[in-house]
Amino acid sequence: MADAPEGGGLVFKPMDQFKLADLFGSSDIGMLTLTNSTLWMAFSVLAIALFMVAGTRGRAMVPSRVQSMAEMTYGFVYNMVIDVSGKDAARYFPYIMTLFMFILFANFLALIPMSFSPTSQFAVTGVLAISVFVTVLVIGFAKNGLGFLSLFWITSAPAVVRPILAVIEFILFWMRPVSHAVRLGGAILAGHALLKVFAGFAQITLAAPLALLGVIAIYALEVLVAGIQAYVFTILTCVYLKDALHPHH
Amino acid sequence: MEGDIAQMGQFIGAGLAAIGSGAAAIGVGHVAGNFLAGALRNPSAAGGQTATLFIGIAFAEALGIFAFLVALLLMFAV
Repeated sequence: MADAPEGGGLVFKPMDQFKLADLFGSSDIGMLTLTNSTLWMAFSVLAIALFMVAGTRGRAMVPSRVQSMAEMTYGFVYNMVIDVSGKDAARYFPYIMTLFMFILFANFLALIPMSFSPTSQFAVTGVLAISVFVTVLVIGFAKNGLGFLSLFWITSAPAVVRPILAVIEFILFWMRPVSHAVRLGGAILAGHALLKVFAGFAQITLAAPLALLGVIAIYALEVLVAGIQAYVFTILTCVYLKDALHPHH
Repeated sequence: MEGDIAQMGQFIGAGLAAIGSGAAAIGVGHVAGNFLAGALRNPSAAGGQTATLFIGIAFAEALGIFAFLVALLLMFAV
């Protein structure tokens, strides 16, 4: 019947693709080690630079394909910031654009076979989420002073439940960076692990065509997820930024 | 008998945590379905609400991802 590998069962190693490795083969990984994660983050930064430089070089009245792609991305993120966070958030647009482009390119480059997905590392997404959290705290207190704390005091609720809601809102506020980081990291991690699990079914000869179809379908889904997760991360950043700029409900 | 009772508990726990993914799927489906129901009644207002739709989906999905994280922790980190 089925061609199972030696040892009886099927061998699935879906988590092996997320192993950090030193680029130069050393086994101890420290703070400043250049790993495959660093390499692919550098690739995505390079790709963004190439994309934006190529997109803005011509500045033609009738845009070329690259130029209209770059302009559309810019306009898309700019409208999102204005729509969600308000006009006065335009000052922070460069930060949000940087976040969006980095996550989008890291997600898409991770879909190249044999590549590494930096956004599946909770260390990477965690740093991004903490930077957003700290930015929101700093902007919130700098703009509103202690008035930023009115974020937790929901005046539209009945007076009796306000203290309870304040406690819940306060806890939720501190959970923000966790959910922000884990949502992106978890979605990418789960998707890539799923790809490998489906690929593992190809060990059974009879199931191999089905496994191939499955991989193709999951891959298409992952392309979608890569875009959506970048969008969701950015739009949540905009929502948090709106809280910092206008904490009054 | 191979393995031990702790490993069994680990696997059972990971399997139970996977139920959370299904629950999150119900939540996401609820958000998207209600959005569609509203959007078909008033298509002209739907375009401006896609951001809200994605925020709603993201919040519903986050808890499913927490469940997935628990499963991962049980499988690989305990």
